Amino acid sequence: MADETRPMPAEADLPAVSHAALFAAFLKIGLLGFGGVAAWVRRILVEERGWLSEQEFVELFGISSVLPGANTLNLATMLGDRYQGISGALAALCGLMVIPLLILLPVVTLYDRFADLSDVKAAIGGAAAATSGLILGNGLKMGKQLARVHRSSLGLALIVFAAAAFFHVPLVFTLAIMLPVSLVIMHFLEKRP
Amino acid sequence: MIIGVLSRITLILTPLSLLAIGGASTMLPEIHRQFVDEYHLLDDATFVNMVAIAQTSPGPNVMIMSLIGWQIAGLVGLIVATLAMTLPSCVLAFLAGRLVLRYAASHPIIVLKAALAPIAVGLYLASGLVLARGADHDLLTLATTFAVALLVFATRANPVWGILAGAALGVLSSRLAATF
Repeated sequence: MADETRPMPAEADLPAVSHAALFAAFLKIGLLGFGGVAAWVRRILVEERGWLSEQEFVELFGISSVLPGANTLNLATMLGDRYQGISGALAALCGLMVIPLLILLPVVTLYDRFADLSDVKAAIGGAAAATSGLILGNGLKMGKQLARVHRSSLGLALIVFAAAAFFHVPLVFTLAIMLPVSLVIMHFLEKRP
Repeated sequence: MIIGVLSRITLILTPLSLLAIGGASTMLPEIHRQFVDEYHLLDDATFVNMVAIAQTSPGPNVMIMSLIGWQIAGLVGLIVATLAMTLPSCVLAFLAGRLVLRYAASHPIIVLKAALAPIAVGLYLASGLVLARGADHDLLTLATTFAVALLVFATRANPVWGILAGAALGVLSSRLAATF
């Protein structure tokens, strides 16, 4: 399990990931993402493609989520750039956005007809219930990875979770308090090289 | 006229792109205020419909902005709105990604990465719970959420089957409810 805690690889030992592979992976993430694409990112990048270890993913996801904008777009940008430079970032972003947009336009045009079909509503409702399970399962796996490296970071994650899910603390306040706390804790836990 | 509308879309969305910590969805109240209340570019019902479509269709939720642009000014509106909402934050992510990679071995970056990860995981779990609260309105949907969460956590099975089963169960239960 030593592999699970290795830091992000230096540029020298990156796996070879082509533009087409980036486009295809993020296309799949985009197309499967009913109700948000974040549910599928970890599954496809870590478990299906094996491009990132659990630890690399958790770290990249952390940066992507705290930057402004959609975390999946941020992650696609950073990962695409890492493998293939700017054009790699564009390939990943196009995969994520362009085809789903082409699908969306006819849906918008036909929406009034579709939305009244109770079967469509019921199917989307059932898929949303399953998607929430997918997010929760992924989150638990990431939490397990956090605990593997620093047990206290699981505690930090649970505090942030409770603040957002049960106490409806605005995100800005959560970040303003928890980010400094987390930085101080990690400053002492992470050994200097 | 069209140039005025397009520059208005750009002026509204570009700053929001850089403020949208937690994703475009966190900016929805502000986007609604500006597009519907302040500048009357869209009516309320259309706005609500666009949000519903974007959230139930494949693709990132930021596509809500693409749809709003489409409603206001057609294809060119879609392109302008999409770029205005995504380009600034993507450029920032690009620069941040390069910085993090360049100083990957330095202590401050190692600390920063370790500090951000638990916060992101906590927020992600919370987003899953919020979605579950909205979607789980009976025992069957609740069981679906639990089953998929367990499947994903404990196995490496492909969750597509869970999603398809969830959709099929949704249709089945609504048909049964209508029959009895």
